[in-house]
Amino acid sequence: MPADVTTAPRTRIPMLSEPLREQIRALFPRYPSKRAVTLPALHVVHEHLRCVPYQAMAEIAELLEITPAEVHDTMSFYGFFPQAPIGDVRVWICRSISCMLRGGDELLEHACKRLGIEPGETTADGKLTVEYAECLGICDHAPAALADDGRVFGPLDETTLGAMLDELKLGRRDELP
Amino acid sequence: MSTFEPVLSRNWNLADSHALRVYESRGGYQAARKSLTTMAPDAVVNLVKDSELRGRGGAGFPCGLKWTFLPKDRKETLMCANADESEPATFNNRYLMEKDPHQFLEGILIACFATRASTAYIYLRYEYIRAYRILEAAIAEARAAGHLGKNIHGSGFNLDIWVHRGAGAYICGEETGLIESLEGKRGWPRIKPPFPAIEGAFRKPTVVNNVETLCCVPHIIERGVSWFKSIGTPKSYGPKLYTISGHVNKQVCVELPLGITCRALIEEHGGGVWKGRKAKAAVPGGISMGLLSADELDTPLDFESLRKPGCLGLGTAAVTVLDDQTRIIDYLHNTCRFFAHESCGQCTPCREGTGWLAKMVKRIRSGGGRLEDLDLMLNLANNMGIMPGTTICGLADGAAWPIKNALAKFRGELEDHIRTHQSPALEVSRLQQDIARGRQADDGRARLPILVGLPSRPAGSRQSPGTGSV
Repeated sequence: MPADVTTAPRTRIPMLSEPLREQIRALFPRYPSKRAVTLPALHVVHEHLRCVPYQAMAEIAELLEITPAEVHDTMSFYGFFPQAPIGDVRVWICRSISCMLRGGDELLEHACKRLGIEPGETTADGKLTVEYAECLGICDHAPAALADDGRVFGPLDETTLGAMLDELKLGRRDELP
Repeated sequence: MSTFEPVLSRNWNLADSHALRVYESRGGYQAARKSLTTMAPDAVVNLVKDSELRGRGGAGFPCGLKWTFLPKDRKETLMCANADESEPATFNNRYLMEKDPHQFLEGILIACFATRASTAYIYLRYEYIRAYRILEAAIAEARAAGHLGKNIHGSGFNLDIWVHRGAGAYICGEETGLIESLEGKRGWPRIKPPFPAIEGAFRKPTVVNNVETLCCVPHIIERGVSWFKSIGTPKSYGPKLYTISGHVNKQVCVELPLGITCRALIEEHGGGVWKGRKAKAAVPGGISMGLLSADELDTPLDFESLRKPGCLGLGTAAVTVLDDQTRIIDYLHNTCRFFAHESCGQCTPCREGTGWLAKMVKRIRSGGGRLEDLDLMLNLANNMGIMPGTTICGLADGAAWPIKNALAKFRGELEDHIRTHQSPALEVSRLQQDIARGRQADDGRARLPILVGLPSRPAGSRQSPGTGSV
């Protein structure tokens, strides 16, 4: 439509693909309000992009008919959604009571030292993001760690921690339990 | 107690215990069929009320009573199953969902029928990735078999169950925080009243029940009130899943009658304290509940008895054992760090109080403690929470309780720690002492502008603070 080009507002290339938008819209009938789809939509986007940048936030807002600020308000509360991509695998090392008592804090330190990163950072090769976590609910494995593909590791010591990091660097394994 | 027969965990050791055919082969969905086809919703409510089933999520509120708070003339009810299990050391709901998801779904089905809810949301914490996959598969299976959907078992009752995943916020386990989060907002708890039963999610009457509470419901329908009340201790009836972790030989989740003593749990089910050591203390039910000292380990773990040694309550019945080589300051450092991290920031006493406590404990731990810190901590702890009436939800009470219990039971050790752990780097400076005593510091000791006063400027001077020479 060449005639429209001059009058149309400046448009960006959408960040969310149509199938992704369809996946989000399909959640609408589950809730009495579209705003309730905020968290599920953030999860959908995060799963595909490994982050939720500002533009994606704005596009979610448009889909849900709310303001980008409302999406950002919710998103920033949880501290779960990074705005820049994380590694191929995200691993949480637990630091809460049961794991702490069995050396969780030291394991986190050890893992970060081994990878040359700080908690919350991603390795230079982009393969692994290591974060600390408050109780992961896997205390029967304490001291434990959880990968974001669902794999549970523990009880860990320095040796098994090293093996875990090597295994995680091979990539995600999203098979069913 | 030797005759106790586990019911909640009875299928856990079967192969494919998460599959519908296994659950049905064990008599699954019979209780739902019975309720939906032969009972009136109010009859189910009354039965659960008579059983005196108390909520397993932490507060121990009677489940049936909660259901009766729903307005009689309501048009629509919503059900939220609280699967945001985030209390440190708690993992019994994960076992229930991963190992026997259909028991959970049947519980939701009966509870929804009783409260006339046709939509149920399972608010599941994100970290339960495996449970999420299992639940989604189980819901699809149940729907295909006619246990969910339209006109269930020919009763005319409809129910949809949706899994709603959280995003790693502890506060979303508080029922109104959960509701706010479900609505797509930040998980800030609401001021009550109105209670969720009157005005909950999307401003509709809403029931929020814990996973384990809901899992008890099919068994109450099937076996009756007298069976349920034959288990446990007065005011705490029924079976309960206890989890044991920390310094024990076996970290497990085990189903027992309510009221087992902490010592029996550790010795008989946790395999005793690890490395042949003795227990110094135990957390009775998630860190919010406080601390039992070694002398108090014979306390029964039920809703009432834990008040006596000064604990907040049974909580989630997640026992964590601290061996005799654990320092109480390390325990406090952990709990304070947790609550400072998880305070939602809505109420000032909690947001600031948890932060201050964490900083103080960190300082004491690294060798900069002063004896008067302990009183200051107690003062802080006594002034945050629902009980002193300064916050909206109970998170701050949970943050205060470890401090209160540790100071009541281990004050001597903390004082000794302060006396023997003094790092020169963290020594109190003269300046700090002067500030603490409200004394004007003289120029010989400090030349900070705030103490010596800013130099006078010519009238009309527009110099920005900090740019001039002092």
